[in-house]
Amino acid sequence: MEVIFLLIAISMVLAVSFLFLFFKANKDGQFDDSHTPAIRILFENQHKKESKKDQPTKPKSYE
Amino acid sequence: MSTSKPNIVKEQCYHCGEDCETEVIRFDDKGFCCQGCKLVYEVLAENELCAYYDIESFPGESQKSKNSRSNRFDYLEDESIQQKLLDFKNSEESHYTFYIPLIHCASCIWLLENLNQIHTGVIGSRVDFVKKKVQIRIAHDKIKLKELVQLLSSLGYEPKINLSDLDGKQKPKADRKTINRLAVAGFCFGNMMLFSLPEYFSERELLGEGFQGLFNYLNVLLSLPIVFYAANDYYLSAWNSLKRKQINMDVPIVMGIIALFLYSLWQIFIHQEAGYMDSLAGLLFFLLLGKIYQQKTFATLEFDRDYKAYFPISVTRLNKDQEEVIVLTKLEVGDVLLVRDEELVPADCILLSEEAYIDYSFVTGEEVPVKVKKGELIYAGGRQRGEKIMLTVQKSPSQGYLTDLWNNESFEKDKAEGLVPLSNKISAVFTWTVLGIAVSALAFWAFTDLSIGVKAFTSVLIVACPCALAMSTPFTLGNTLRIFGRNKFYLKNAQVIERIADINAVVFDKTGTLTDPANASVTFHGAELSQKSKGILKALVEHSTHPLSNRINQWLGACESEKLDNLKEIKGAGLQGVYLGQDVKLGSLDFTNSEFKNPIESGNIVCFSVENQLIGFFEIQSGLRTDSSDVVRELALGNELHVLSGDHSHELKTLSTKLPEIKEYRFDQSPKNKLEYLQQLKGTGAKTMMIGDGLNDAGALQVSDVGVAITDQVSHFSPASDGILDAHAFGQIPKFLAFAKSTQRVIKASFGLSIAYNVIGITFAVQGLLSPVFCAILMPLSSISVVVFTTLSTNILAYRHGLLTLSKN
Repeated sequence: MEVIFLLIAISMVLAVSFLFLFFKANKDGQFDDSHTPAIRILFENQHKKESKKDQPTKPKSYE
Repeated sequence: MSTSKPNIVKEQCYHCGEDCETEVIRFDDKGFCCQGCKLVYEVLAENELCAYYDIESFPGESQKSKNSRSNRFDYLEDESIQQKLLDFKNSEESHYTFYIPLIHCASCIWLLENLNQIHTGVIGSRVDFVKKKVQIRIAHDKIKLKELVQLLSSLGYEPKINLSDLDGKQKPKADRKTINRLAVAGFCFGNMMLFSLPEYFSERELLGEGFQGLFNYLNVLLSLPIVFYAANDYYLSAWNSLKRKQINMDVPIVMGIIALFLYSLWQIFIHQEAGYMDSLAGLLFFLLLGKIYQQKTFATLEFDRDYKAYFPISVTRLNKDQEEVIVLTKLEVGDVLLVRDEELVPADCILLSEEAYIDYSFVTGEEVPVKVKKGELIYAGGRQRGEKIMLTVQKSPSQGYLTDLWNNESFEKDKAEGLVPLSNKISAVFTWTVLGIAVSALAFWAFTDLSIGVKAFTSVLIVACPCALAMSTPFTLGNTLRIFGRNKFYLKNAQVIERIADINAVVFDKTGTLTDPANASVTFHGAELSQKSKGILKALVEHSTHPLSNRINQWLGACESEKLDNLKEIKGAGLQGVYLGQDVKLGSLDFTNSEFKNPIESGNIVCFSVENQLIGFFEIQSGLRTDSSDVVRELALGNELHVLSGDHSHELKTLSTKLPEIKEYRFDQSPKNKLEYLQQLKGTGAKTMMIGDGLNDAGALQVSDVGVAITDQVSHFSPASDGILDAHAFGQIPKFLAFAKSTQRVIKASFGLSIAYNVIGITFAVQGLLSPVFCAILMPLSSISVVVFTTLSTNILAYRHGLLTLSKN
């Protein structure tokens, strides 16, 4: 049964590190915008196709 | 300028999806409605960003009415302005966040996040769709702020930068802290439940003695972050309340927390027993959950806007005949300004040009422009329609006729002060009762056995902890807030609901609130119009976007328009054209050369003449909103009704016959009069709700107990208020009031429920029979049942009031 002492220690370390990760994510603003990432993820494929062309575009003046 | 038949399908612009009205501009096999749209397409095509058009069809916005003055962003070269807009800066990059109201679809996100493909100076960008904001990181040696804004604007995504942005950065989010506290409480609660389970099932014997002690100590360890971090807000609030010699809901909560914590420590360390740490964690977890539930916010809405959010950030000043663009704050009395078509007049000014047509719809809600002659005063907030005008500044922007309102002391007060929420009234009684019972229990047992006495005393404090009591308010109000939001009535916070429930006087603004410009009544006086004349009129009004033209157009309905030549709009005068060689005119008295006395005292008139011979004239009066009379009739039961209007009293007769329930009408009210009227009403003890729309109601909205701004486009302009109501939901106002009142009954009923739990708990506690298991079951049970009860009953009530349909539920 003594193994339980070890298991408790491990579980607490794990749980605390998860809590810490949550704090960090919250601080970075991961939960501030829950809508845009859902749309953004759908762009990924087109994006990669586009970025294959490596020629830099010249800055232009507008208006 | 030919008018085409309505049944022909017009080609849609590839960029914005609008019908190409006049001509179709061909480019790359695609049709565009205007040069602006084509330009945007060209830029995107050149940079291979045409996927913009694949993600959503017609993602763009029409570029027709775009202001293309090239120097309008000059103020962004000002170092101090850049500094104020800046989020972050280091030696290489600068970060800026812009509010772009146009963001509306996936294509917008995609394009704005691919800005770096258009300009190498852009390092990256990130869109927040809900808030309609984009954060852009730029390399400031490659692109300047002004160029960046010009680039955005050339793509059709012009950022909205206004004065309040420059007033300092918006406050950081306090919300994250509560979430962190909830996370800690949840984490500790979950783990403590695991360690406490063996206790509940009496499995102690199976595990052996060593474990029980360990589990108890672990519970103590886990309770520390709860007591010293998660519960901090409650200590602060309770302390503040006690300092003001009041007892709010947090006082008994803190009493409970302290009693639970100390008693459990004593149990665990002295008696080697289980303690109530898990109940303590559960209590905090549920309380914080309720707190977050109540904090429903409408991220895109702003409730605290003052005039600064409306006024332009820059103005064109004439300095020795040289135009220069300066920041509004640098404007001084005596400066000469140039205001172009569709621009706002930023300060009270005297007109130097011959005449101007000022649309005060911002201020009063009335959108028909007012004619102003040379030498007359134009108030800040008016919008010029027509040719550019010159003005000389009379008062600085913050001292004007309208903006002076904000210097009134009522803008410094917080409305929440002075109002004692229902929960606080109850908690005072509750706290004293519980303390009374606890002390009597102690006194009773003290004669026989002091240790049982102490146990009974603490048990009463523990079990009577008003967990359920404290949760009934946030969950009821939080849910009500959501139901209101679903019905397009957006409240600033949950406390407003309690104030709505107390309302006994409702004050309406007239223009734009009770009346609706779109509902104007149009009557034609003169000979009956032939089909042909109607066709001519149709052709004339279709050519103009003037509000009166729109109303006549609506009145004409669907009729075939005739072909006119030389169709012209003369701003501020009217429309003219040539039909079969005859001059036809539609417009003001002077314009149509009519020689008759205006028989109408009120409303607007529009004359129609052929070869300068008057055929007849239109009388246009602002009409009531469709459901105004129903709303007024229903609200009259139980509320005193008042109407305030900035207009002259000519409509009093029509109004009072249509709306006989209104107790008092006040006309010719300046913004300040309105504010004072509300103050006066308040002085008589009335609980007032002000419903208004324009900036001129801002003072009244602020002074009233509940200020509701009504608006056609919710994310658009609305003065500072406690709630924003979508104009379409205007007819629901009586339901909202009734529903807010009934939620108060739900809160009272759930108080009853939690008191029932407390009575059961206290019955055991005074006998000294309280056990950790009993506590661990009773506390969450009472909390959860209160949450279920309040949510269900508010939903049922909302359903009965017609604010909730089953399918949405």
